[in-house]
Parts: sequence; C-alpha cells; structure tokens
Amino acid sequence: MPTMFDRIWDRHVVTTLGDGWDLLWLDRILLHDLSGGRALREVAERGLRVAEPSRVFATPDHAVSSAPGRTAATFPRGAQLLDSLRRNCAEQGVRLFDLGTRENGIVHVVAPEQGIVLPGATLACGDSHTCTNGGVGAVAFGIGSSELTQALATNCLPQRRPGTFRIRFEGTRAPGVTAKDIILHAIGRFGAAAGTGMALEYAGSAVRAMSVEERLTLCNLSIEMGARVGMVAPDDTTFQYLAGRSFSPKGALWDRALADWRGLPSDPDARFTRDETISMADVAPQITWGTSPEQVAPINGSVPTLEQARSPAESEAWRAALDYMGLEPGQKLAGTKVDWVFIGSCTNSRIEDLRAAAAVLGGRKRAEHVTAWVVPGSEAVKAQAEAEGLHRLFLDAGFEWREPGCALCVAANGESVPPGARSVSTSNRNFVGRQGTGSRTHLASPATAARSALEGAITDPRA
Amino acid sequence: MTPFSSVTGPAAPLLAANVDTDVIIPIQALVGTGKDGLGGQAFARLRYRADGTENPDFLLNQQPWRGTPILLAGENFGCGSSREGAVWALMGMGVRCVIAPSFGDIFHANCFQNGLLPVRLPMEAIRRIAALSGANGLTTVDLERRVVIAPDGEAIPFEVDSRKREALLEGLDDIALTLRHAESIAAFRDRAQTERPWQ
Repeated sequence: MPTMFDRIWDRHVVTTLGDGWDLLWLDRILLHDLSGGRALREVAERGLRVAEPSRVFATPDHAVSSAPGRTAATFPRGAQLLDSLRRNCAEQGVRLFDLGTRENGIVHVVAPEQGIVLPGATLACGDSHTCTNGGVGAVAFGIGSSELTQALATNCLPQRRPGTFRIRFEGTRAPGVTAKDIILHAIGRFGAAAGTGMALEYAGSAVRAMSVEERLTLCNLSIEMGARVGMVAPDDTTFQYLAGRSFSPKGALWDRALADWRGLPSDPDARFTRDETISMADVAPQITWGTSPEQVAPINGSVPTLEQARSPAESEAWRAALDYMGLEPGQKLAGTKVDWVFIGSCTNSRIEDLRAAAAVLGGRKRAEHVTAWVVPGSEAVKAQAEAEGLHRLFLDAGFEWREPGCALCVAANGESVPPGARSVSTSNRNFVGRQGTGSRTHLASPATAARSALEGAITDPRA
Repeated sequence: MTPFSSVTGPAAPLLAANVDTDVIIPIQALVGTGKDGLGGQAFARLRYRADGTENPDFLLNQQPWRGTPILLAGENFGCGSSREGAVWALMGMGVRCVIAPSFGDIFHANCFQNGLLPVRLPMEAIRRIAALSGANGLTTVDLERRVVIAPDGEAIPFEVDSRKREALLEGLDDIALTLRHAESIAAFRDRAQTERPWQ
C-alpha cells in the first residue's frame, strides 16, 4: 500500500541502476541566477544540449537588488550572473522570466504561482528550498551544481530512494498560530537532522485546513529538518489553487489531470519509515533563539538554560549559539530589542503572508530604531498587494516596500543586516552570518515580525 | 572528478554539530566566482578576524591541522544550502575526506560529484580518533578497503555506496553513465507523454 511519495517516485523511474539506485525522470527543472547560467554553459561545454528545454524555467532572484526601482545594474556582480543566464537561456531555448517582467520572482514562489509545478510531478532545482514546491503534492528536491548540469543534459538524475517520514498535525490551531510556527515547532521537537535521508509528508486535520500558500511555507522548512523533500497530498484546495494558472493544464487535459491527481494521496494503510503526530494544542507562535532552526522556543517562553541540554556537546553548542546571538541562558525572549525586521523569502513572501503582516500594523509606526523591509516574493505578489493597498499600509508604518527577490534571506545581492544587529526575519535560516557577517537572526512568522517592528522588540503578535 | 583511493594525515577534530554550508563557504564568495580559488574562503567567518587577519583560535589555522586532508566532524555536517561551493572550498583548502556521524543530504551527494569522500562513523569512534590525533597521530582513510585506520592502528570499517565507491575510485562522472541509458530515456519520455501529457 504505497505512500504518495513512493507512488510518484515509481512513476518516474526510467530504469533501475542497482544497489537501490534509480534513474529518475524530471518533469520540471528550475534555474536561478546564482547557478543557472553556469550549469547551462557546462552543458554546452560538454558538447551537449539541454535535453528538454520546454521543461526548464529560469528566473533571477538570488543576486538581484531589492531596492525600489532597481535594475540588473544596481548590483553589478549579480548583473554578470544575470547576463550569463540570459545568454545561455537564449542559446538553449530555455524560458526566462527576466527581471522586471510580470512572471519574475523568487523561483519557489513563481513555480506554484504560474502552475509550473503540478501534483504528481518531479522537480529539481539547484537550491535547497526546492522542497517548497511539494506543497502542491510534487516530489521536489534541491541539488548541487554538478547534478544540475546532469539534469539539464539528460533530463534525468540517478537517485537513491529516500525513506518516508510522515508528520500528522492534528486538531485546530489556536488563533495567531501560523504554518511557520507549526513547522518551527516540529523542527524544535524532532531536530535539524531528523529528516536526513527521508522524504517528509505533512498530513492531518490541521494541514487539510491550510491554504496552499500555508502548505508551501510548511514544506519550505523541510530542509531545515534535513529532508530534501517535503509534501502535502493534493486535494480540492490544491486543485482550486492551480486551476487557470498560466502553465496549468486547460480544458479536457485539466479533467484528465484532475482524475489522475485524485489518486495520488497515500493509501490509508500506507507504511512510513517514521510516523509522528503533533497536537495543535501544543503549538504556540515560535521564535528561534540560536543559530540552527532547531534552537526554537514559544515566543512567550525563554531561552533554555545550559543544564537543559541533552548532552555536553549540545550544551557547548547552545553556549556558542547564545554567545553569537548576544543572549543569556534562561532569558525571556519577548522584550529583546530588535534592530531589523525582514518580511520576505521563499518561506513567507506570498500574498497571504503580506496580508497577515499588514493586519497587525493597526495604523501604527515602526519603532524609530528599527529598519523594516518588506520584499514581496514575486512581481505578481507585488502587484496584488499594491492592488489591495497593502504597500500603503507598510509605507505608512515606516516599512520599506521593495522589489521581488531573495534579498536578506541569503544576502547574496549586496544587501545585508549589519554586524551585531538583531533581526526578526520571516526567512528560513538563522545560521551564523546568513543575513550578513555578524548578523543575529530570529526566525518567526510575518505577524510576529511586523509586530516586533512596531514595538522595537521581540513581541508576541497575540499580545 | 578527482579520483580517490586513500589519504593519510592528522584528522582535525571540528566536532560541533550542524556545521552548515553557509559557515563552510559564505555565499558572497560564490557570487560571480568560479570553482577555483575558493580554498582561501573556506570557513572564512571562523578562520579570519574582522580585520581580515587569521584567527589563531580557529583549529584549522593551527599546527598540525593546517592543510590536513581529513576532517572529523559532528552530526549533520554540511546541512543547509545546496551550494556545491562548500565542497569546492573544502577541497581548495586540501580536504579530501570528512568523517562524521551524519551529513546533510545534498552536501553528501555533492561530495561524491567532486572526489571528496564523506565517511559515516559513530560519534564515539570519531571521538576516539580525535583523542589520538596529532602531529604524530595520523589517520588513514582507505576507500579501496573501506576502512579507517586510527592513529593507534585500529581498523574501523565503514560502509559506502558501492556505485559511488566505484565512481570515486575511477573518477567517473554520472553524465556519461546516464547517457548510456539514452534508449530507455527516450522510451520513457514517449510513454510518459502518452500517459500524462499535462506533465
């Protein structure tokens, strides 16, 4: 009785290679500016062509400025990467959503939004947050540069089938608890390596009740639990979301696809390598306090004391993390002074995220000492937000309303949080130096980030 | 890909858990830079002080660990970003083998693409090797025999995927191997197009 993951995997096996390896067919390959141009060039340098150019989609996002009115030239080193992407896409016949066009944006925001990723599909991209795309019921995974070159040249990848790990989120969420809080809680409970060698499936009543955008957020952080793949079974919510999108099937083809997609979910008696359940009654809004996403606590809670560590090694890791973060063991998280707020990234930059952040503003202004940025995930999100007047609410509150891209999530575009500054960020990684050398990142939901900008300190959005 | 058969050196104990690829190579070093020349940027945030000078407290700046081909690491080494630059940077500073209890999945795959051998051993074995390592305490990692020889001569066997092992020993690349299946790929493509034309 197969799981959804195994069902989709089995369909894509071109041939078995022995020792547990399969040659896996890829329905979609996504490219971005940081590695896309080089991978395409390497295919050409080997005297090969992109095997299936119509299955490949490219969008610059990592190394583009997010400054209002930006062009490619605003960040010159990124402009070279974009030039290479443009040239190589043109040579290989690959579709490019260029800077400033209405399909442009963060690759994992664009793919679901344009209907490029579909239920039952396999998708690979040279970016670890490719798992985001599993929110519509696809097997989507991140790969390195060498594998990307192979994928482009052959439209296949030799892969070893991972195990399966289901997490059921059961019950009704308390008000103020978002998908981001739920997945951070799960990472805190199971650890940053719990999903290594696994494909995650998120299930249960709380997931069924989520919008597709919330499911994308949930799946986005799968890699922070160690899993390359995170998925949610497609259902009517998914189908309504995908219907009519640019690259979604239309007409009779849509009807055929729908009939197929309804058969994708895991069988009721499917067996998973690991199976866990989390009750929504246990989940409050979360915020990270350390330098790994597993170092997380309820926002009304405290940093742990070193005695609470499960081993001397963990105690040492916590001490190092707290030194870096400028926090004391046992201190309350709420009330900690904040310098920067970043609302954006492939985790939390979709229209519902921006609505949630705008909803807590209440006509107030950011604290004077806080720099607050809102970076919409795509041109489409930006246009929608502006049509709803959200940009006006952010601007009136003293937030910067910027151009789409990865921006301060990865700080590869010349923008960064200054050394020593404390940032509440809706992104996915609180690693040492991730938002800039010496930056101190607390991961949280859009509502928590926006509220913390108003108060100038870490604040429970429900307070 | 650089073939790998065996390496010997003082195994440097960098035992913290969850060493992510952002720490191994900052993204700024990868914007517009090629594969080569990244060795100087490996572990940049730990290796250098704010003024750009070497941080003498960082293990890999100290003798006998400087330039060692073998790293001992903690759980989940190479977690996080898919950047293959993490592997290029490690190799650029001379590392050919990382021994850890577990690895980030994408980093693990990237290692094999370039000729860096990731070896999984239990943490207690890693701590044992670490305690014996030094200028006169050398470790050998032998892929041919699938064994780590600790400084005291203890032979610790390790498991490695046989497909990956052969590719590493011979320096073979996956593209050429995959292209051997061109007929199967074409047949699959046609079948998939008929069965699921929307995909």
